[in-house]
Amino acid sequence: MSAWINLLYIISSILFIFGIKKLGSAETARRGNALSAVGMTLAIVATLLYLGLEWWMVMLGMALGSAIGYAAATRVAMTGMPEMVALFNGFGGLASLLVGGAEWVKLRDGGWVHYLEGLKAQSGVAVPAWFACVAIGLTILVGGITFTGSLVAYGKLSGKLGGKPVLFAGQQVVNGVMLAVAMACLGGLVAGGDGPIALGAGLILIGLSLGIGVMMTIPIGGGDMPVVISLLNSLSGVAAALAGFIILNNVLVVAGCLVGASGIILTVIMCKAMNRTLGNVLFGGFGASTQGGGEVEGEMKPATTEDAYYVLEAAQSVVFIPGYGMAVAQAQHAVKELAALLEDHGAEVRFAIHPVAGRMPGHMNVLLAEADVPYEQLQEMDAVNAVMPTVDVAIVIGANDVVNPAALNDPACPIFGMPIIHAHEARTVYCLKRGKGAGFSGLENALFFKENTRMLYGDAKQTITDLVTQFKD
Amino acid sequence: MDYAPLLLLLFAFTLAIFLGFELISKVPSQLHTPLMSGSNAISGITIVGALLALSEWEPALAKGVGFVAVVLAMINVVGGYVVTDRMLGMFKKKEKGGPQG
Repeated sequence: MSAWINLLYIISSILFIFGIKKLGSAETARRGNALSAVGMTLAIVATLLYLGLEWWMVMLGMALGSAIGYAAATRVAMTGMPEMVALFNGFGGLASLLVGGAEWVKLRDGGWVHYLEGLKAQSGVAVPAWFACVAIGLTILVGGITFTGSLVAYGKLSGKLGGKPVLFAGQQVVNGVMLAVAMACLGGLVAGGDGPIALGAGLILIGLSLGIGVMMTIPIGGGDMPVVISLLNSLSGVAAALAGFIILNNVLVVAGCLVGASGIILTVIMCKAMNRTLGNVLFGGFGASTQGGGEVEGEMKPATTEDAYYVLEAAQSVVFIPGYGMAVAQAQHAVKELAALLEDHGAEVRFAIHPVAGRMPGHMNVLLAEADVPYEQLQEMDAVNAVMPTVDVAIVIGANDVVNPAALNDPACPIFGMPIIHAHEARTVYCLKRGKGAGFSGLENALFFKENTRMLYGDAKQTITDLVTQFKD
Repeated sequence: MDYAPLLLLLFAFTLAIFLGFELISKVPSQLHTPLMSGSNAISGITIVGALLALSEWEPALAKGVGFVAVVLAMINVVGGYVVTDRMLGMFKKKEKGGPQG
């Protein structure tokens, strides 16, 4: 039986690989996701072929999880997507922690020899005791970090926790000590076997893993969320792969690894888009370093929607640059309506999407897709920057750092070196902003003070709706 | 102790890392969110480990912990796939909209 099960696991791994590959292209992405879901179903069915499972628990658990997952996924609004993904990710991490925990309970209950024999009977692989222990310890550690890290990210994204970075003196030291103690506990888990020392070490390790997850995520501000979300995504895969090393299961190792690798790639892309290293994002405490720079000359010039309407009516090409503010104001549908009206007036309309605009990778693309903006109009930073000098009007909707020209020319600016969308090169720039004052990062935006920039204060959705009304009259 | 099967697992682990990097090295930024939530669903593969904790002869505590893991992993799996599919459903090419300037 075991051979058949493993054969099915191989097929399901292949489906995961093709699924992820197809997720990389717009034409095939949906089919790719379906393929990977088939792979998952196959892996679950194969696992159910193992003899002696407690069927009522299996069925009840799967039914309960499916119902909750389905209900949550179908009800969430597109604007709530970042926190939903974070929450699912956290559940995956906790599940891996519990898998590690369950194996640990088995080991303690029946003793070493018995546990390793059972493992061998199930998987056909004999492992030394230390290996099982290390695998259990690491699964608990990474699973726990993923869980609480994702919960904090969920809190920040949904606004239940403040989005500001939480920093205190000696934070790095505390983190370092926690990690060191966690490593010591791992050692205790291995050395202690199934005795009382190992019990204590294991319990402390569980607590520490949860604590480290929180400590890792609280110092990270909203603007850096895309990096953290990708990293946590990667960690949930790593946790699954580690759980695979406990129960010596190929499909867990392979699938977990694929997720781990893809998450790391996204993390690196996000870091590059901000011209920062991962270490800098995790330990830099961005909000703390905003002294210096930001010496901005000139003043912000407010405008009314009537002014904007006359300029827009005459415009031949318009670029929208959305940011997190558009998501907060839920302005995407109004924006789409305005874009359609501008096209009717003969203007060429583009949307310029910065890789880290919003709170998760690709956040703006999802929102605009929801509002039925054709994805051909969504353009990446480099493509738009090339044509920006020929653009008549750039409309910045709740974006800030990603259009701050200080990143290009002010070495004292904390975001100096970050690639930005060159909104300031357009003939006229309209910035939609809730009110005066520095944005989320606490940084003054040099764009707002430029000669060719006009500020449209107020709720972004309201402002856009006003413009739409004037076009219709 | 025969280490060969264990090394084979490590072998698969290493190859999978490289495969993962190769598969996803160039994804358009438009697909970053679906890729993330889709791969997030795959990380729910830990359900396999959770199910295996539910063997009849295991201690009750292990089964209890395993049961909770099954529920959570299943939320991750089903929720992840459904959310990704919803998102990708919106990414369809649209023919409407005004004349392209």
